[in-house]
Amino acid sequence: MFLQGYLPSILEGAALTLEVAAASLVVSVVLGLIGAMFKMAHSRALVWSAELYSTVVRGVPDLVWMFLLFFGGQMLINDVAERFGLGAPEINPMIAGVLTIGFIFGAYMTETFRGAIMSVPKGQMEAGAAYGMSPLRVFFRITAPQMVRFALPSFSNNWLVLVKSTALVSVIGLNDMMYKADTAKSITQEPFTVYMVVAAIYLLITTVSIVALNAMNKRYSTGVRESEL
Amino acid sequence: MIDANLMIENFPSFLGGGSGEAVLSTSDGLILTLELLFYSLLGGLALSIPLGLMRVSRNRLVSGAVWLYTYVFRGTPMLVQLFIIYYGLSQFEAVRESWAWTYLQEAYFCALLAFTLNTAAYTTEIIAGQIRNTHWGEIEAAKAMGMSKWLMMRRIVIPAALRRALPAYSNEVVMMLQGTSIAGLVTLADVTGVARRIYSDTYMPFEPFLMAGLIYLAFTFLFVWLFKLAEKRWLAYLAPRKH
Repeated sequence: MFLQGYLPSILEGAALTLEVAAASLVVSVVLGLIGAMFKMAHSRALVWSAELYSTVVRGVPDLVWMFLLFFGGQMLINDVAERFGLGAPEINPMIAGVLTIGFIFGAYMTETFRGAIMSVPKGQMEAGAAYGMSPLRVFFRITAPQMVRFALPSFSNNWLVLVKSTALVSVIGLNDMMYKADTAKSITQEPFTVYMVVAAIYLLITTVSIVALNAMNKRYSTGVRESEL
Repeated sequence: MIDANLMIENFPSFLGGGSGEAVLSTSDGLILTLELLFYSLLGGLALSIPLGLMRVSRNRLVSGAVWLYTYVFRGTPMLVQLFIIYYGLSQFEAVRESWAWTYLQEAYFCALLAFTLNTAAYTTEIIAGQIRNTHWGEIEAAKAMGMSKWLMMRRIVIPAALRRALPAYSNEVVMMLQGTSIAGLVTLADVTGVARRIYSDTYMPFEPFLMAGLIYLAFTFLFVWLFKLAEKRWLAYLAPRKH
C-alpha cells in the first residue's frame, strides 16, 4: 500500500494547511488595508506607525516571529492570568499561527494596497466626495473596485509566498501537512516519498492559485488596453 | 519584564562563540547564518547565469527544462526542499553507500545545497527576465560590430542584464537572509537556532527571540543599504536626470 496508508493523513494535513493559509490571508488583507490607510493618512503618527510596522515585520524571518509571538504571547497570557489569580488558558496553535502569518503578510499587503490605491486617479475619489459620499463610502464604492486591478499582481505574489510560509506552522504545534509528514516519515521509513508527496501538494496549490489569479487578473483588466511592444 | 542581563549575557553565543554540533562549520550563530547565506548566494549566482541564458534559449527543450526547475523550486517551500535533501535522500541505499553520503548526512551541507538550489531558481528567473529586457538596439549594434553570439553575450547582454537585475536581486538577498532561519530546524545552530536553545534552557521567550529579530533586522538594513550604494554605482544611467 502506498505509504502504508498514510496518504489520507497527509491530505488531512493539507486541508489544515489550506485553512491556515486562507484564514491568514483574510487577516493580512484587513491589516494591509488598515496599514495602507495609515500610510496615506494626514497624521504623522499614523504614517510613522504604519512605516514601522511594514519595515520591522519584513526585516525579521517569519520563523522568528512565530516563536516570538507564540511563546512570548503564551508567557504574557500566563503573567496576566497569574496577576488576576486565574488559570492561564493555553493559546490555540491554530489561532496563533493564523494571527502570526496574517500579521507578517499584513506588512507586505500594506505596500501592495498603498501602491494600488495611489494608482487610482485622484479625480475618481474627488468626484465621489463631490457627490457627497462619506470617505468610507468613497473607499468601498470608488477606490476599492478600481484598485483591485493594480493590486492583483503583487497580491498574487504575496499569496504564493504566504502559502509556502504555512510550512512553518508545525513548529508551534499545528497538525498541518508538515506535521503529518513528520509522523508518516518516522513510521513508514520512506522520508523521500513522504516529502515528495508534500512538495507535490504544495506545487498543486501554487499551480491552481496561479491559474485562478491569472483568470481574475484578466477579469479585472477588462476594458484596459495593454500596450504591446 | 525583559531581562536585559540575559540578553547581554547570551550575546556572545549569538555571534558564534558557543560550542556547536555542526562539524563542517567552524562556528555557530551569526557566523553560521552569514556563512550559509554567503555560500548559497555565491553558488546560486554562479548557477543562475548559465541557467538564465538557457532559460531564454530558443531551443524549447532547453528553456523548458530550466522552466520546470525554477517552477518546482519556486512553487514549493524551501523547508520541504531542505527536508527532502536532509531526511529524504537517506531512503535510498545507493545514496547511503555512495561517496556523497559523507556530505549528505551533514545538516550543514544539506542546508547549503537546499538554499543554493532554491536561490538559484529565483535568481535564474530574475536574470532571464533582464536578458529578455535587453534593448533590441544594443543587440543590433553588437551584431553590426561583427560580434559573435558569445562575445555579444559576454560583453553586452550579460553585464547589462546583471546591472538591471540589482533591485530585484537585493530583494532575493533579503529573502534568503530570512530563509536561512530554517537551518535551525535541521539541528543547526544559526541565529534562530541559538535563540531556540537559549529559550529551551531558560524558558524566557522574549529575550532570545527579540535579540535574534534585531540581528536579522540590522542585517536586512545593512544589505538594503549596500544594494542602494551598488545601484547608485552601477545603475546611475537609469536614474532620473537631475538637471
